[in-house]
Amino acid sequence: MWIGREQGVNTADNQLIASTTVAAGYLREAEIAEIEHERTLYPDARAVGLEALKIVQKHRGWVSDESLRAVAEYLRLPIAELEGVATFFNLIYRRPVGRHVILHCNSVSCWIMGCEQVKDRIADELGIDFGETTADGDFTLIPVPCLGDCDRAPVMMVGSDQHRNLDRADLGAIFAQYRKGTE
Amino acid sequence: MVSNPLTRNIDLSRQPFDLAAYEAVDGYRGLREIARGLEPSDVLDKVRDSGLKGRGGAGFPTGLKWSFVPMGDDAPKQKYFVVNADEMEPGTFKDRLLMEGDPHLLIDGMIIASYAIQANTAYIFLRGEYTESERILRKALAEAHERGYLGNNILDTGFDLDIILHTSAGRYICGEETALLNALEGRRANPRAKPPFPQVSGLWGKPTIVNNVETICNLPGIMAWGNDWYRGLTKGNDHGTKLFGVSGKVRSPGCWELPLGTPIRELMEVYAGGMRDGLELKGFLPGGGSTDFMLPEHLDLNLDYDDIAGAGSRLATGTMIVLDNQTCPVGMIGNLMTFFSHESCGYCTPCRDGLPWVDEIFRAFEAGKGSHRDLAILEEHVDYLGPGKTFCALAPGATAPLGSGLRYFREDFERHISEQRCPYRQ
Repeated sequence: MWIGREQGVNTADNQLIASTTVAAGYLREAEIAEIEHERTLYPDARAVGLEALKIVQKHRGWVSDESLRAVAEYLRLPIAELEGVATFFNLIYRRPVGRHVILHCNSVSCWIMGCEQVKDRIADELGIDFGETTADGDFTLIPVPCLGDCDRAPVMMVGSDQHRNLDRADLGAIFAQYRKGTE
Repeated sequence: MVSNPLTRNIDLSRQPFDLAAYEAVDGYRGLREIARGLEPSDVLDKVRDSGLKGRGGAGFPTGLKWSFVPMGDDAPKQKYFVVNADEMEPGTFKDRLLMEGDPHLLIDGMIIASYAIQANTAYIFLRGEYTESERILRKALAEAHERGYLGNNILDTGFDLDIILHTSAGRYICGEETALLNALEGRRANPRAKPPFPQVSGLWGKPTIVNNVETICNLPGIMAWGNDWYRGLTKGNDHGTKLFGVSGKVRSPGCWELPLGTPIRELMEVYAGGMRDGLELKGFLPGGGSTDFMLPEHLDLNLDYDDIAGAGSRLATGTMIVLDNQTCPVGMIGNLMTFFSHESCGYCTPCRDGLPWVDEIFRAFEAGKGSHRDLAILEEHVDYLGPGKTFCALAPGATAPLGSGLRYFREDFERHISEQRCPYRQ
C-alpha cells in the first residue's frame, strides 16, 4: 500500500512513511488527551517527550518500538533522540514487563540491612531473577537505586506502592495482594 | 519560639496539614509580607543575611546563589525557579519526609523564592518513584491554586506564579542541577558545561535557580520569624536547623530535625539509640553515599559544615549510613561502586569507563580473586576519577567512600587478598 505524502521518493522511504503514518493513528484518545495536557505545562514539544512515553507506558505497560515511533511522530521529534531519552531513564521499559513491576532497592542502606537475602526470598517466592517476568505475567523484578526509606530498610516497590522492613515481612502475603483476581 | 521549623507540623501517623491547618500555624506569612509591599530585593537580603546554606549536598549559600540572577528592567522577563526533589543519594531519606509530611511548607517556600528572583514558572522535579509525595503535593498545589496563592496576580501583588509538578523516570545524575535542566527540557540528562551558570542561562536558556527541597523549606520560617530567631536555632557556626538521618544497624534508625552544631554522638547515641546489641560502630558516611568515611574517633565532632570538612569529609545531605563491625567494608564500598557505575551518565570517559572497572575489581574481591595489583588500580582511580578530572561531580563523589575506605579499612582489603575470600561471610 502506498501512503507516501511526497512524490518522487524511493520505495524504501515509501515504506517508512507508510509505517509512521500508520503509527500516528496508533495513539488512543485517552493517551492523546494526557499528552496534550502535558503540552500546556512546557514551552516546547521536546520537553513533553518523556512525559508522553510515561503516558503510553501507563496505558500499555511498556514502550514498544511502535509506541516510541508513534510518540515521536505525534510530537514531531526525531525518533533517535526520543529513543536516546527512553533508554536513558531507569523507569522507561523498552521490553514487555509483568502487570506489576517490583523495584527492589539494592543500594547501600538496604544492602547493610539484608537486601540480598530479600532478593533470594523474592526469587524463591516467584521464581524470577532481575530482568525476568513470572510465567503468569504478574510480576517483573528489577533492581532500583536507593528508594529513600533507609530507616525502614530493606524496602521495595510493587507497582506504585512502597513496602518496608522486608526483613521481617511476609513476602508471599504481599505478592498475593497483587495476584490477578485478588486486586 | 519555634525550635523545629522544618518538622513542627509533621506527624506521619495522620494526613499532612491541609492549607487551612497550615495557615493556622503561621503558614504563608512570607506571602502576606509580600502582599504588604515587600520588594524582591528585600526577600533576597533577608535570605542572604540568614546565612542559609543549600541542603542538597554542596552547602552553597542560598542568598549568594540567588544574587547571580539578573534583575531589573533589562533582565529577561522569563525566569524559572526549580526545586530539586530528585532525592536519590544512597542512604538519603529527608526530602521525602518533608514533602509527604508538610507539603504546604515547600509550596510556601517556593512562592517566596520565585518572588525573590521574579520567576513566573516554577517546577518541582520529583523522583518518579516517590508516588506518595506526588499524590500529596498534587493535592496541596490544587489547594494553593484554589486559595489564590498560585496563579495570576497573587493577592493583588501583580505577581503571577504557576508551580508545575514534573515527575522524572529515575536517574541519579538528574540530581546534578544542569543535568536536571536537560532532563526537564526532555533531553538525555547529561550535565552541562559551566559557565554559563544556570542563574544566568538555565532552563531553555533563561535565568534559573535550582534549590533542594530542604533548603526551600527553611524559607517560610526565615520570613515569618526573622533572622535573629533563625541564627538562634543553631548550636554551631552555621545557622538554622537541619534534618539528620541515621540508617544501618542502629537500634532506632530515623530522621530528626536538630540544630546545626549538635554533636554527632548525640545523633548516633541518643536519637538513633546507639548500635544494636552485640555490634560495634566501625565507621560511617556522614551525608550520603558520596561522602568520605568517618570513624568512631570523630563522634565528638559537631554536625557542622566546617567541623566535618576538618575530618576530611562532608556534611552533605546529613543522612548518615552506619557501618558496623560485622558488615564487610569492602562489600559496602563495592555496593556503592555498583551504584555509581550504573548511574554514570556515560558522557565523559573517566567516569563511564573508570567506574565499571572499579566495580569489576570489587566483584573480584568479593569472589576471593582480588590482588595487590587490583588494590593499586583502585588507588589510582581515586586520583583519576577525582575532582577536576571528570565533567561533573558524580565520579569524584564515588572516590569519597573509595579513597577513605582504602585508607581506613586497608586491613579488610588485605584480608580479602590473603584469605582469598570475604572474611565476613560465614
